[in-house]
Amino acid sequence: MTKQRPIAIDIQKVVKRFGDFTALKEVSVSIGDNEFFTLLGPSGCGKTTLLRMIAGFEDVTAGAIFLYDQEIAKLPPNKRPINTVFQNYALFPTMSVLENVGFGLEMQGKSRAEARRQAGEMLELVQLSQFAHRKPSQLSGGQQQRVALARALAPKPRVLLLDEPLSALDMKLRKSMQLELKHIQRETGITFIFVTHDQEEALTMSDRIAVMSAGEVQQLGTARDIYENPRNMFVADFIGDTNLLEVSVDKIENGRATCHLGGGHELTCDPVAGVDTGARVHLSVRPERLFLSSEPEEVESLRGRVVENIFIGTDITTILDLGVGPQFRVRASNSDRGNLRVFEPGQNVFVNMERGAARLLVD
Amino acid sequence: MQTGAARFDFPGFKVLTFLCLFILYAPLLVVTVYSFNDSRSITTWGGFSLRWYVDVFTGPDSAKFQSAAFNSFSIALIAATVATAIATSAALAMVRGGRFKLRTATFGLISLPILVPEIVTAVAMLIFFNAIGFTRGYTSILIAHIAFCIPFAYLPISARMQGIEGVYEQAAMDLYAGRAQAFRRVLLPMMMPGIISGFLLAFIISLDDFIITNFVKGAGIETLPTAIFGSVKQGLRPNIMAISTMLLVFSTVIVTLSWLVSRIDRTK
Ligand SMILES: Nc1ncnc2c1ncn2[C@@H]1O[C@H](COP(=O)(O)OP(=O)(O)O)[C@@H](O)[C@H]1O
Ligand SMILES: [Mg+2]
Repeated sequence: MTKQRPIAIDIQKVVKRFGDFTALKEVSVSIGDNEFFTLLGPSGCGKTTLLRMIAGFEDVTAGAIFLYDQEIAKLPPNKRPINTVFQNYALFPTMSVLENVGFGLEMQGKSRAEARRQAGEMLELVQLSQFAHRKPSQLSGGQQQRVALARALAPKPRVLLLDEPLSALDMKLRKSMQLELKHIQRETGITFIFVTHDQEEALTMSDRIAVMSAGEVQQLGTARDIYENPRNMFVADFIGDTNLLEVSVDKIENGRATCHLGGGHELTCDPVAGVDTGARVHLSVRPERLFLSSEPEEVESLRGRVVENIFIGTDITTILDLGVGPQFRVRASNSDRGNLRVFEPGQNVFVNMERGAARLLVD
Repeated sequence: MQTGAARFDFPGFKVLTFLCLFILYAPLLVVTVYSFNDSRSITTWGGFSLRWYVDVFTGPDSAKFQSAAFNSFSIALIAATVATAIATSAALAMVRGGRFKLRTATFGLISLPILVPEIVTAVAMLIFFNAIGFTRGYTSILIAHIAFCIPFAYLPISARMQGIEGVYEQAAMDLYAGRAQAFRRVLLPMMMPGIISGFLLAFIISLDDFIITNFVKGAGIETLPTAIFGSVKQGLRPNIMAISTMLLVFSTVIVTLSWLVSRIDRTK
């Protein structure tokens, strides 16, 4: 988010309770105008609840929600210039595809003819013109998904909410829809708030991501930021693949933290706020940021013994035993042919890490 | 019910089935056939004739039957309409309420009267009207019919609503529809087959009712079933068979219609 960009949706200390169960605990997030923003988290963490509060289907227990500086928590859903693509689409089964897409326009007061005309244009955008007069049930899942998208976009909302819109599609369709959604978002300039539990999907599509768990935002940042600088155990573990090592911080000086992880292993890494000398915390090291060699080649390296090599086409993952902690994974790209050295099981090797590959986590 | 016949292919099953069907339909068949009997007797066949049908409309009893028919049809129409409106509101409340705690209990409470023996309901209603000092007549029949028609109207409607979640109304409101528009444009069309089916069922149940009507009707007013019963008590005349046959055909048409409408799947 650049500094000048206005804030489209500002969620301020929003709390949601269902009876005595707290689904959201003081969530604060600002979503920029024109942003592709993703709420990412495991099932049950409160993503849908937050989205429904923005749409107006749930009351706000405490806190405030602003839409371009206007407090909207008290507005009913039909008075909010926000549309939703529902998880199961909720297409109106008694209406044709064209009527579905034109519904919002008609409810905004446009004439039936005008609504139909604009709905027709919307269908062109999602390439469904030839199905305009079919009933939703006569379409495939992917086509229904695009109708739901067209229906929500047609009234030109200021913000579009999408609740796991791709989760019912098969892998291939999903990948192509991810790109199409991203493309449509750029084309229309509408702010998207996208909900998913799929971290890969979130990384692929989003300008920024809020990683949620148990009703709280664990980390907020760009895909890169969250992947490379996870703040805590949950984020490091949830996003991508990582090695988590339990370490003790021995000393912090000259901008480096020295840690040991037992078994005689020691390494240094960047200190982070909230982790002090003497702390027992976790260290995250992404498998692809490491490489193996028979002699140490970087300042930071660990000794280990190869347990197994796993070939998965694009990559080779080597599983190592460091003599301490859980098994350790190192991934090498198969495209890196010239440099790729595969060590046999049982061989003793050095695991080299570039500076910045290891990251201390606040638990 | 229409399970593959092969599964029930044990010896004697066919015989049993035909016996049941015979017991069920033979009397109806006899009534229908003898309504076209030219003879005055109700047991000996005297050739084909429509005289008893003519008799129903022009004979000595025609005035009585016409006013009874008017009462029956007008009560059935009003009772079915009001009961369907109430049942629709109840079903709508269920959709809007989502999975609230008393959902099952509420459903049971609305449907339970179907299982209560009709005689018990009849006595209860009679006591009720007496207790509040309500003069028995057309209005008391109407009120009673509305009451016992509600569960019958509710059943097909709620069956239709199984697939209709609150999310459709939410989707409509998300697209700028007010509550009334969401109901009229989205929910009502989805509920419509159930509503029509419920209406037809309630209509036929009301038209057909004897026990409750007989208890709450008071003197000097008859519906078709009570008029027929009254006539039969004075001796069985073939014109009764003609009326019964007409009622039978009418009911069959309505029930078939109700069944056909309930099968239209507008969520698909
Ligand atoms: N209407 C409700 N009543 C009670 N609990 C609810 C209700 N809606 C959601 N919850 C609870 O709130 C939590 C978050 O739900 P939800 O927002 O749907 O999660 P997500 O979309 O991230 O999977 C869950 O534990 C869920 O059971
Ligand atoms: Mg959800």
